[in-house]
Amino acid sequence: MAVHPFRVLHVRLDQGKGQVLELPGRAEHLGGSGLAAMLYQQFGDLTLPALHPSQPLIFAIGPLTGWFPLMSKTVCGFKSPYTEEYAETHAGGRLGLSLRFSGLDALVLTGAAARLTCLVVGSNRMEFHDVNFMKGMDVFTTGKHMRRYGKSNAGHRSTLRIGPAGENQSAFACINVDTYRHFGRLGAGAVLGAKQVKGLIVAGDRSLPLPENKNYPKLFKEIHTALTATDMMRKYHDLGTPINMAVLNGIRALPWRNLQATTDACIDDVSGERFAEQLLLRKTACAGCPVGCIHIGLLRQLFAEDHNYLYRQVGYDHETVFANGSMLGMTKAWKILVLLDEAEKQGLDAISSGVALAWATEAFEKGLISEKETLVPLKWDDVESYRLACVHLGLASNEFYRLLAQGVLKAAAVYGGADFACVLGQEMAGYATGENFFISQAMGFRYSHLDSAGYSYDQKTKDKDAAKAIEFMIEDEKARVMLCSLVSCLFARSAYTPEKVHEALIATDQPELAEALDSSVEAIRRTRWRLKLQSGYAPEQVQLPKRFLEVETWKGKMDPAYVEELKTLYAQKIREMGA
Amino acid sequence: MKMLRPSRMERCIGCHSCSLACARQVFKQLSWTNAGIRIHSSGGITTGFEARTCVACDPAPCAAACPTEAIIQRQGGGVRLKQDACIRCGACAKACPVDAILISPEDGLAYLCIHCGRCVAYCPHECLELAEKDSPFCAPDSPYEDACTLAEK
Repeated sequence: MAVHPFRVLHVRLDQGKGQVLELPGRAEHLGGSGLAAMLYQQFGDLTLPALHPSQPLIFAIGPLTGWFPLMSKTVCGFKSPYTEEYAETHAGGRLGLSLRFSGLDALVLTGAAARLTCLVVGSNRMEFHDVNFMKGMDVFTTGKHMRRYGKSNAGHRSTLRIGPAGENQSAFACINVDTYRHFGRLGAGAVLGAKQVKGLIVAGDRSLPLPENKNYPKLFKEIHTALTATDMMRKYHDLGTPINMAVLNGIRALPWRNLQATTDACIDDVSGERFAEQLLLRKTACAGCPVGCIHIGLLRQLFAEDHNYLYRQVGYDHETVFANGSMLGMTKAWKILVLLDEAEKQGLDAISSGVALAWATEAFEKGLISEKETLVPLKWDDVESYRLACVHLGLASNEFYRLLAQGVLKAAAVYGGADFACVLGQEMAGYATGENFFISQAMGFRYSHLDSAGYSYDQKTKDKDAAKAIEFMIEDEKARVMLCSLVSCLFARSAYTPEKVHEALIATDQPELAEALDSSVEAIRRTRWRLKLQSGYAPEQVQLPKRFLEVETWKGKMDPAYVEELKTLYAQKIREMGA
Repeated sequence: MKMLRPSRMERCIGCHSCSLACARQVFKQLSWTNAGIRIHSSGGITTGFEARTCVACDPAPCAAACPTEAIIQRQGGGVRLKQDACIRCGACAKACPVDAILISPEDGLAYLCIHCGRCVAYCPHECLELAEKDSPFCAPDSPYEDACTLAEK
């Protein structure tokens, strides 16, 4: 059987035209992460700045998207304005299925529209709407106005949009996907903003025939049952990832007040349990995933006397709760929802914005900056000041906020305070578990806790065997490269072993992909690292800010010599992988 | 005669597993629209979800409107569907009082619920049930079970 070519819609925003391309390479590049890297090689130019109009913004799904449960995510490939390196960010929502049901493996945007535009694509649609009236609009208002362009596909479309942060080309700007999901990290929202695209609707308006074999429905049922009738997914849909807040605090591994502490007695007021008891309104899911891990909190606020309340529904998870909670010394869970709601409106990556405000607060306390820069007095637990600061970050209100929104280290280079910048490639994720995690995020491909489970390795392993630790990271990364090329939610990593993926590819009549799986995953990993290295990434130059070496966990103080050993070995491996 | 009822849609998380299961098992397609049950938000994802599906009319206006007997009245409510006999006229969809019939823009055929209940097992939160048409709404583990039992008495 011949391998089907990739079906890619290339939209040239500067010309208001597009073209459906049929590209070979499915067996080598699989999809998702692999396809995005392949397309960046074809359409991108690493020598040009990230926000140059000709740079591509790529959305790619994989060979199992929609065919099996939790194969529900989309990879966005781009050159990051945060790092000026090739980067990836991943999101769920309805986008994966919408692309599948538009008959596309990927969507590539190049060029910049002449005016602010809303783009609508589907299996038989491509429209450019002038939305100059949306200039400066927040994410929620934008979403409401965008509905008019996708009415005929209500419920079966995906809606992507940016807020003021994206228009202002903040390196923290995210792309909001279907209200509660995001292409969050490394500034994809700024790339969309540079292309003058305020919003994008993908209409999932066609269907596909099923494979003509009996194994597919049988395997679907088996995987669906494993995911829903066992406890495999419970931690994700019960309290959700915020269950980590109390667990990490208990082992002195939760960053508090810009990582000045790793545990605090007021944890019970901001824990996952407290959110569930007091604020959890409901849960929702990505299309094609029966787990329902998206936790939505109810924020009820008095806006006038005589019991006049308004309410908002705010998504939360561990990373955003840590960044806007413990990191800012918050003592009440509802205050965290206030900040997450504001970050959402501005279209900011809520992890980076929270961690950046934590740095700014410490810099404010130490007198490196004053209200002249911050415009509001920054103080731990002061929710209203933080909310206003979040608005200033989105609007890039002055030079300080403009710089801060390019990354904490950019601001620290001007104002000082690099020693206590909680930056591991980008603003840190919510794990102060130790040396292995710090190095895995600081040097990992996406600068993310999702590159490999370094945080878990810290918790499971006592010894300081750097070779063993790096070996773990490399192996774990490989499994994740496979899942991110399929494109599966990483919560399903215990369900989708290489053997099960092999079966799934056979059941969907893609035996060539199954046969080449191991070698294609290795090749994809090599391509991704190669792109990152070619864009200037130098793993040997990575530095951990001093704050990370001052951390004390349940294991005791950090060991600088071990950090160096990890760094040297990982840098060697990265060079080998990307050779 | 049993019918499919989306009795507990307030529990729905919008995963589309029911639509995908129907399309896969009944209509042999990978689809979230060419199915007898389709999920829509009620006006943005913040407002929750609704199921668009057949309410088992008796008599069914769609069966009366169908000129080729592709849709036939089922005893006790609802209809049977013979897609092979469908001439893609769309009369059934126009006659349906609850917009439960999709005329697919891809093939022009009618897609509607045949009350087989094969989607029910795929809903992670028991939003759906296959039950006698006039029985009270409840699930075995529903917090409303007592209320339902009382209503039966």
